[in-house]
Amino acid sequence: MSLEGAIAVHRFGLGARPGEIAAASQAPKDWLLAQLEAPAEQPVAIVPATPLMSGAALVADDLQFHAKEKLLNEARKKGMPMEEEGKALYKSRYDMVVGEMAARFALGFKTTRPFAERLVWFWTNHFGVSTANPRCSVFAGAFEREVIRPNINGTFEIMVQAAVRHPAMQLYLDNVDSIGPNSQAGLRAKKGLNENLGRELMELFTLGVDGGYTQADVIAMAKLLTGFGLDNNTSGPPSADGYRFYPQRHEPGAIVLRGKSYPAGEAGTRAAIADLAHGKATAHHIAVKFATAFLADAPTPTMVKRLEDVFSKSGGDLKALAAAALDDPHAFAPKLDKVRSPVEFVTATYRLLDIPKADAKPDAVTNQIRGAMGVARMMGEFPMAAPSPKGWPLESEAWSGPDAVLTRIEWARQVSQRIPPNVDVVALAASGLGALMSETTSTAIAHASSKSEAVALLLSSPEFQRR
Amino acid sequence: MITRRNMLGAMSAAGAFNVWEGSLSAAFAAVRGEQRFVFVILRGALDGLAAVPPYGDADYASVRGGLAMTKTGSNPLLDLDGFFGLNPALINMKAYYDAKQLSVFHNICTPYRDRSHFDGQNVIETGGVSPNLYHDGWLNRALVAMGARRVEALAVAQTPPLVLTGKARATSWMPDTLPEPDDAYFGRVQALYAGDKMLGPSLSSALMLRAQSKAAMDDAASKQKPKADLVPLFAGAGRLLAGEGPRVAVLEASGWDTHINQGGGDGQLARRLSALDAGLDAMKLALGPIWDKTAVVIATEFGRTVKPNGSGGTDHGTGGAAFLLGGAVAGGKVHAEWAGLKPEALKDSRDLPARTDMRALFKSVLADHMGLSRAALSTTVFPESGGAKAFKGLIA
Repeated sequence: MSLEGAIAVHRFGLGARPGEIAAASQAPKDWLLAQLEAPAEQPVAIVPATPLMSGAALVADDLQFHAKEKLLNEARKKGMPMEEEGKALYKSRYDMVVGEMAARFALGFKTTRPFAERLVWFWTNHFGVSTANPRCSVFAGAFEREVIRPNINGTFEIMVQAAVRHPAMQLYLDNVDSIGPNSQAGLRAKKGLNENLGRELMELFTLGVDGGYTQADVIAMAKLLTGFGLDNNTSGPPSADGYRFYPQRHEPGAIVLRGKSYPAGEAGTRAAIADLAHGKATAHHIAVKFATAFLADAPTPTMVKRLEDVFSKSGGDLKALAAAALDDPHAFAPKLDKVRSPVEFVTATYRLLDIPKADAKPDAVTNQIRGAMGVARMMGEFPMAAPSPKGWPLESEAWSGPDAVLTRIEWARQVSQRIPPNVDVVALAASGLGALMSETTSTAIAHASSKSEAVALLLSSPEFQRR
Repeated sequence: MITRRNMLGAMSAAGAFNVWEGSLSAAFAAVRGEQRFVFVILRGALDGLAAVPPYGDADYASVRGGLAMTKTGSNPLLDLDGFFGLNPALINMKAYYDAKQLSVFHNICTPYRDRSHFDGQNVIETGGVSPNLYHDGWLNRALVAMGARRVEALAVAQTPPLVLTGKARATSWMPDTLPEPDDAYFGRVQALYAGDKMLGPSLSSALMLRAQSKAAMDDAASKQKPKADLVPLFAGAGRLLAGEGPRVAVLEASGWDTHINQGGGDGQLARRLSALDAGLDAMKLALGPIWDKTAVVIATEFGRTVKPNGSGGTDHGTGGAAFLLGGAVAGGKVHAEWAGLKPEALKDSRDLPARTDMRALFKSVLADHMGLSRAALSTTVFPESGGAKAFKGLIA
């Protein structure tokens, strides 16, 4: 087992499953790149009663939900509170969100393409869609399944175009409420723009906050995005992805964005989004984030420049970007610069201990996955639930405050008590950390007061907390 | 509407593992006998000389140095028989002893003579003469020999420990609130973080805050009130054993590997003993009248060095202490083949030599309390244990 193999598995993957470091050790870079030959894996529902629905189906489901909610509200006003029905209605929505996230966690615990999964997590977080916003919470899982997973090895432009039109994003950043002031609908209803998506599309998703745009550009982008909405028009055939363009809400006339004029209509808007995706500032913004997530908390200008150039020259090829990160001279440096985020730590732990076991009963599997979800939350992170569209922070500092560290090592001690009594902890540590294991940690494991404490120390060790 | 708050609530509720493998409240057919047996493993090697100080030994005070306890002073040890005493933290155990419901065993160990925790625990759980001879535990083999057809054993643990692993089915249970890790564990992690500029200071700062908040809580509560972190485990085991469910339970407690600053009549180890002592009383209370039918064995993988080490602690040794208690016990006695504390009496000039085989204690209790045949005990349950002669009269 090589050091590079261990680094590939930990720094770019999700932590070692049994035998994974050995598998990666032959040709670590090839092992990683081979994972990007196809779109990312899709999660599978843990609780069959709560299937993972498509964005389009969710649009229809959401309409029904709001209709039922309206009936319940009216009944309440009439003095007939249907509490049981109300509880059941909200519980079904809650179960949908939990079901999505449970399926996502479960995939992370078992996937044999952990680098592809890490890229999914990175790009999902980049687009910020958050279940913290009740309006879009049930759509978040579909966003990742439909926008991110199919496109991790495509181009950035394809991903951004898909992200902008997805129902989750339309709801999350209020574009469904944005109406061209001079459009038919705008003139009739005296409603206007909502700048939220237009602004974040430039500030967070593409150019970056210093990427060269003005408030006038934000308004222009918002105008361009008017008419993008959900396919909740029950007449006519449903669209495949839950998206529909409404010309009657679209701001008429050509619109100038960052000095360039775009014609009115859906095609003009798509052209504007494409230009943002291929912008020079975008290449820099993405390169900084990518390097911070995978290589170093404070990436050097050289590090960033290399990624930026590859991104630009390849036309935003996301696979080329990932490969460029692996080609960085520091990509396989032994020093572990980054602290694992809570979701990464919990995932790496379950992978190491092979939880849930393949032969575990469905109830036990559900409990174990829900347990992992709960502790990740307690440690400060939950997938697709960041408090703002900026997403979760990428820097180690965010996850290593005193209380967070204490929670992590307390949990390590708890979860270690699940190990089977016959487990060989020294072998487990060797296969789990490979050449990354320090002398100090190896000694501490050998001298632990019990097998479970040995596993807890392995999980708490800096080599395992970091990557 | 789904809000972050209600999502968070449900998530944290799912945070603690709650392992129920099968329903313990299910009706059980009449099982042979009403006796209950509890085995408590103290993982990490309890210092027998700190739990049961031989204060009457002429060499005790000098060899133990700063760890020695006395019969007088502000925190006196609790006398047992004029030679041995109990650590001042073991208040309830002293009461059991006085009520003849506790027997103490000293200078005792399994046949294991090296100093690895993993191997020592393997031996005390498999019941072999050396590590890794068997894949199952002696208590499981005992259940098979008793003809257990149903789930009659309970592990108060996330996973049934090795001593309960084997053919007979065991169930496991843990309270919703898991016990906090012991101080020694935090100390070890801190040592791992010594070179980590981010994790190290964060953990130190968190532990300092934790200690301060605990001190404030301790001040607020009665000073006499022991640390209660093992109480939910022991009380839960007691409640489950008091019903119609399992007759046999195994509990484990860690935090005994006191290499650094173990303290004497107070300090780190005394706090841990106090938690154990409180746990035992909580179990007694939960058992109610079933206490009279109960025998509890408390054992550890090996003892610790007679002399303190350079950091106010003790290192891995050989002979140590074990306990047998319960309403079914004929107690009030210390069983010890004492060899003294002079260097020439010690193993490798450092450890109590262990003149009593731990299996003798296990065998006696299984025979006299649980009704196992001597033949089964010396063949299937503890093979090669002919040299470990069972005690007589340990059970009332």
